[in-house]
Amino acid sequence: MEDKVLLRIRNITKIFPGVKALDQVSLQVEVGEVHALVGENGAGKSTLVNIISGVLRPDSGEMTLDQRKYAPANPRESQILGIGFVHQEMALCPHLSIAENVFIGRLPRKLAALADFEKARVETGGLLKKFATDLDPKTKVQELTIANQQIVEIIKALSLDCRLLILDEPTSSLTEAETENLFQIITDLKSRGISILYISHRLSEVFQICDRISVLRDGGLVKTLAVADTSEDEVISQMVGRSIEAFYPAKHPNAGEEILRVEDLSCGKKFQHISFSVRGGEILGLSGLIGAGRSEVARALCGIDRYEKGQVYLDGKKIRFNNSYEAIQSKIAYLTENRKTEGLFLKLAIKTNIVVTSLKTITRRKLVDRGKEESLTRKYIEILRIKTAGLQQKVLNLSGGNQQKVMVAKWLAINPVVLFMDEPTRGIDVGAKTEIHYLMRELCNRGIGIVLISSELPEIIGMCDRVIVMNEGLKTGELVGEEITEENIMRLAAAKKNKIA
Amino acid sequence: MDQNLGEQTIKRGLEKEGMLAFLGKAFALREFTLFVIIILCSVVLSFFTPHFLTGANISTTAIGLAADGIIAVGMTVALVLGGFDLSVGSVMALSGVVAGSLYLSGVNIWLAAFVALVFGMLCGLINGYFIGHVGLNPFITTLGMMSIARGASYVLTQGSPLSLPGIARSFKFIGGGRILGFPVMVLIYVLIVIIMDFALRRSTALRQVFYVGSNEKAASLSGINVSKVKTGVFFLTGTLAAITGILTLSRFTVAAPNAGMSAEMRAIAACVIGGASLSGGEGTIIGSALGVILLALVNNALILLNVSVYWQDLITGMILISAVLLDFFTHRSSFLHK
Repeated sequence: MEDKVLLRIRNITKIFPGVKALDQVSLQVEVGEVHALVGENGAGKSTLVNIISGVLRPDSGEMTLDQRKYAPANPRESQILGIGFVHQEMALCPHLSIAENVFIGRLPRKLAALADFEKARVETGGLLKKFATDLDPKTKVQELTIANQQIVEIIKALSLDCRLLILDEPTSSLTEAETENLFQIITDLKSRGISILYISHRLSEVFQICDRISVLRDGGLVKTLAVADTSEDEVISQMVGRSIEAFYPAKHPNAGEEILRVEDLSCGKKFQHISFSVRGGEILGLSGLIGAGRSEVARALCGIDRYEKGQVYLDGKKIRFNNSYEAIQSKIAYLTENRKTEGLFLKLAIKTNIVVTSLKTITRRKLVDRGKEESLTRKYIEILRIKTAGLQQKVLNLSGGNQQKVMVAKWLAINPVVLFMDEPTRGIDVGAKTEIHYLMRELCNRGIGIVLISSELPEIIGMCDRVIVMNEGLKTGELVGEEITEENIMRLAAAKKNKIA
Repeated sequence: MDQNLGEQTIKRGLEKEGMLAFLGKAFALREFTLFVIIILCSVVLSFFTPHFLTGANISTTAIGLAADGIIAVGMTVALVLGGFDLSVGSVMALSGVVAGSLYLSGVNIWLAAFVALVFGMLCGLINGYFIGHVGLNPFITTLGMMSIARGASYVLTQGSPLSLPGIARSFKFIGGGRILGFPVMVLIYVLIVIIMDFALRRSTALRQVFYVGSNEKAASLSGINVSKVKTGVFFLTGTLAAITGILTLSRFTVAAPNAGMSAEMRAIAACVIGGASLSGGEGTIIGSALGVILLALVNNALILLNVSVYWQDLITGMILISAVLLDFFTHRSSFLHK
């Protein structure tokens, strides 16, 4: 009888200097199953998939693929043996066509040495059609949306006859519709007997698409659970090793005075006629699908990008910020969603990162006052409970959650009156996420107005006192208190499209 | 920044972990490693040739490296910014030529030198404007300026060096004089190194260069005026190049249009040997100074050991690549250990 198990992992241990990244982990991936791998950051998920895909070698333990010993020496070998890995950050060549990317490094040949582009195109076209996409294999990858780039990555893996596809946080930058489409593809692959190892922070998705869930914690496998027999709460308590009673802090009933008012803000096609106000002591949500113009509005307000029309009032006075510096002077802060590209100075120390917005306060006679610099840094490391070996540690070496906290610290250091937070908990573990949520509420209670932009509906619903929903650059509605439900938000987020249809 | 880390580890090492561990950590500091290599080279060299440890040889070598050294100070800051300035050698020549030509047409030499300094500053500002405000690439912009300044030097001199007879003794003093036996030019260089090393570590203005060099977008979003910082850095490299040109003019009392030929390359090499990174956000003035000293020492060794001068470039290149390799392997291992 044929064994149902495709990949068997037995007692895998991996030790990095000072850390046991994986400790005697054993799990099995069956043929045609979607197997979720969940756990907080640092639980060992990346190390495990890196071992499966041949990037790292285990210190002890063994793996079998189809009952044969499987010990890939490098990623290429794992590909040949049928393991496909779609990374969170795409590894495509943007200037090349879809077909060239799919067949990268192994373009079919004709006449001895010439690449047979036609053949590559035809084969890629065939694969694309299987996913009901009308993409042209000749299109350059840089012209594709992230969702379509992901499909190209999946097709690339499939063209190598992959039997186990590893998807690392595949939905982190997809819209709801694109996510649905991806799930279609996953279901389709599953019916063809391809197994999928699905890594995600989003438990609702895991429950929607996966068959079994393996929970990792501190390098060890806690349990493998069948989705049918478990609940999100159980998985979360397994992940953190404690049950989280309340996810979100209690909301604040009475907001204070209006601090910031926006009237009729427009900028080309990015957003039009946006009006709203931010009051002290409240969390205002900016919701909508990705691409609805939420970040664009915030960035324009904070002086990062331009706007063409409209007025902004701060404490009743008309203002316009031409750059971030002016916004910071008025104590308006924007926490970017792009932590690594726009937020942090990865090569520099934690200390240096935190004081960047407060250079004036720590300067005495044109020199950096080291005492002030250190006390300021210590203060925020304590408030935010940043885990670090020292103030001099490079931000590069921190976990995602702690990096996020460093970024928050730099904005708290200016004592903001309005704090825009763009996806403040994206890609960080559950523990750090809850800490940031409680901190946000605490800031609010001290009178700061917070504007939260988030693509996670539960976060918007759990955190916000008031929500503005946008679609295709327009404000489609505003919800307060009890009205803030998933259904209402989704209805408004799709509002304009419905009208057209 | 890094250097503070170094100080801390040294302190901690002395307190807790004894001599061996302390040495291990000290060697993790590029400056310390370089310093030890320089001392070792000097000791070995003094065994091979009695001429090495003579006052005359040391002071000639020191005067010779001062020019490259001052240019490397500016280059370090440009590298921390994540850029570099290819025009420094040409700007150095141009400032000497401008001062020389003015002097020959009857202008007081000090006034002429001042005008030359302004010329150098202007070249730096033009570079800075195009890179910082227009947004051109530093490579292309300074490559253009390199050609323009060199060309202007040739045009002004018709291609041949201008000798400046009867120049004031007070002016000759800055490039060729001595105070208590120490060459003035070397003293000026040491002073610039001390001031700029301190400023790069401690001043708020230069701290901003690290931010821009480490992540330009994040710096801009954090309220740093990126254009101004960039302009400032190229103003600095231009100014230091002009100062070097004027000192060199005073030393030789000749304005040579081909002065400072490939000084920019030697400076970049010295800075990288001293720990600066072409990708920005890293580097110290002391490190670059030690890089300049090491390269000068090797050249001096080759001369004293009667090795053909043609070996100089070859060996400089080998040292540069060794330094980068060292960096690559130390960084790669720390990445794997993460």
